[in-house]
Amino acid sequence: MSTLLRRGTPLTSTGIVLVLLALSLVVGFVLTAVEGRNFLSSGNISALLTGISILGFIAIGQTLVILVGSLDLSVPYVVSLVSVLAAGTMAGQDGNVLPAVLLALAVAAVIGLVNGAIVAYLGVHGFIATLGTGLVVSGYLATNYQGSHGSAPRSFRLVGATQVGPVPLSTLILLGCAVLVVLMLRRTRVGHHLYAVGGNREVARLSGIRTSVPVLVAHTLSSVLAALAGLLLLARLSVGSPTIGSQGDYDLMSIAAVVLGGTLLAGGKGNVVGTLAGVAIFSVLDNVMGVMGVSAFLQDVVRGLVIVVAVAVYARREIDRRPARFERPTGLDAALQEAK
Amino acid sequence: MTTSTQLLDRPERPPLADHHRSLGGRAAAALATPGGAVYVLVLLLLVATIAANPNFGDPGVVIRFLGRTAPIAIAAIGQYYVIVSGEFDLSMGAVVAAQVVMAGNLIGQDDSRILPVMVLMLAVGVLIGVLNGLGTTLLGVPSFIVTLGMMLALGGLVDHLTGGAATGNPADAFREIGRGGIQDVPVVDVIPYPLLILVVLGALASWSMRRPFGRSLVAAGDNADAARVSGSSLWWLKTRAFVISSLSATVAGILLVGYAGVHPSVGQGYEFTAITAVVLGGVLLGGGRGWVLSAAAGAVALELLFVLLTALGVESTWRATVQGLIIIAAVAVAGRAWQRGRRPRRTSPSSRHLTHHQPTPGTTTGDN
Repeated sequence: MSTLLRRGTPLTSTGIVLVLLALSLVVGFVLTAVEGRNFLSSGNISALLTGISILGFIAIGQTLVILVGSLDLSVPYVVSLVSVLAAGTMAGQDGNVLPAVLLALAVAAVIGLVNGAIVAYLGVHGFIATLGTGLVVSGYLATNYQGSHGSAPRSFRLVGATQVGPVPLSTLILLGCAVLVVLMLRRTRVGHHLYAVGGNREVARLSGIRTSVPVLVAHTLSSVLAALAGLLLLARLSVGSPTIGSQGDYDLMSIAAVVLGGTLLAGGKGNVVGTLAGVAIFSVLDNVMGVMGVSAFLQDVVRGLVIVVAVAVYARREIDRRPARFERPTGLDAALQEAK
Repeated sequence: MTTSTQLLDRPERPPLADHHRSLGGRAAAALATPGGAVYVLVLLLLVATIAANPNFGDPGVVIRFLGRTAPIAIAAIGQYYVIVSGEFDLSMGAVVAAQVVMAGNLIGQDDSRILPVMVLMLAVGVLIGVLNGLGTTLLGVPSFIVTLGMMLALGGLVDHLTGGAATGNPADAFREIGRGGIQDVPVVDVIPYPLLILVVLGALASWSMRRPFGRSLVAAGDNADAARVSGSSLWWLKTRAFVISSLSATVAGILLVGYAGVHPSVGQGYEFTAITAVVLGGVLLGGGRGWVLSAAAGAVALELLFVLLTALGVESTWRATVQGLIIIAAVAVAGRAWQRGRRPRRTSPSSRHLTHHQPTPGTTTGDN
């Protein structure tokens, strides 16, 4: 570690996350071996990857929203809404799959657009805007759907069950989405504007960026990605459930994964690779604690501690990584200057 | 804002720009700010509720309603301190659950244990607040994450210890704090203890916000850098805010034992309800604007809204939807109004045009 952290080879936040992920994989391997199981068995790898995919979709969207300086607390309700809407539309018929998926994505996109419009045009903090739209949707769900609803046909359930070797199809779709989002962030104008607006909205505006566009795009994509997570849940469970999203705590857990992945909660700095590593760390933690037989409640305790400790580590690095010209010489630096 | 701001409390300080007007004029100007408008909202909701359900016009019913609202209003007062300093406290619900479970299991049917256990509960509240505060300030972790971690850890611990089921039943004398009241009062029949506690805590809160602590806290929320370079100790200010927040959650927990009994799910979602109430009270998320009693009034407005919806025969499942629409509308209106209402004398037509497009720095910082 000491050589990695040596002066002159600064480790980026993403670097730290990847080191943390590697560390958790090693610890997971050892602890699982102690329990007499094989961490790298194809069954376990597929379980790990399955654990990643649902939160992964939501966290990628959440990354975009956090990068642009907002938050999305409405995702659990979008997940639930999509799951009941799509299940209701499919109603067990193979022919209805495509319309159901399109309807689900369209509804999610509208919710995302509304979120983005409230943040961008009404000047409401993303926390309140999405808490509000989430509550609106949750009221609709609670009024119109009491229990599980509709059903997914076999052809749609295959999406959740198919595997390529040990890799579930859902993980491949997730990676595809991640690549697209990374390309958008690195190669397109709106991607660059997203970072600019998240870094400082006023400065972005004064330099001629239409600040509402990245906000709208980020929120819409976040809802659409949450809808993909909802569809995947539907494929796995085969029925729609109006509470599936809030049970998973996807809002707070996705924010935690994003921040665990090294993205600044204030926006403007971070990336999708880190987020996926953050989600993977959660998945490894869950997997190992599951093997060790830790109670579900204590798992929450461990998660909470890991989040705070990990982010505390980045917070230290963030201070060190500021450009040199903004740094006051420390005592050590001054001494070194003297020595020269 | 150093400790020498005690001078500000003296009446003969140099008059501020908006103090040239009479008391009535200032009160009218205050009502036009989001922090004042919430009182108008409470009055309107009260009138509407009485119109929909004439029984609610009875003073005794209103007093009992206020007693029921006291725990959430107290939680909102605590959350106010954290929000006005530019932070969040998401651990509130878990703190309420932890305290409720502690009370249920440690007090039992033994009246003599009530006081020591209450002292222990308050100590635990202080400890949680200090941990939240130090995690935010010294470790440099955003408070959203620190308190989220605390929420997960504390909630998980409580669920683990109780197995997720109701356990323990504290002595009736303890539950009386949340349930009971002063009997046989003329006109209103009964004054609930929770309401008395709310009034006392509200007065204390209002006083503390006029002290150097309160002024510096608001300054720190408005512009942390400016507060720091003018001599405020940010970590100590914010840590105290977190301690007050978890102490208020502790008090809310003590009161809720009387109403709701002992179950680890008591207090679930309390943090979001408290934040909603604070925001409805016109306090700016991100810090630096808003009044503490308006936060409590925001809680009353929220609960009144639910009573009104019930009185109108709206299905209870639609509550969340109405709540969502209301908070978005309230914040959208408040965000604009704070920029105008506070400095009426300085906004000539041309500069008003400017302020529309250039929000003050304090309203755009999103550090957390």
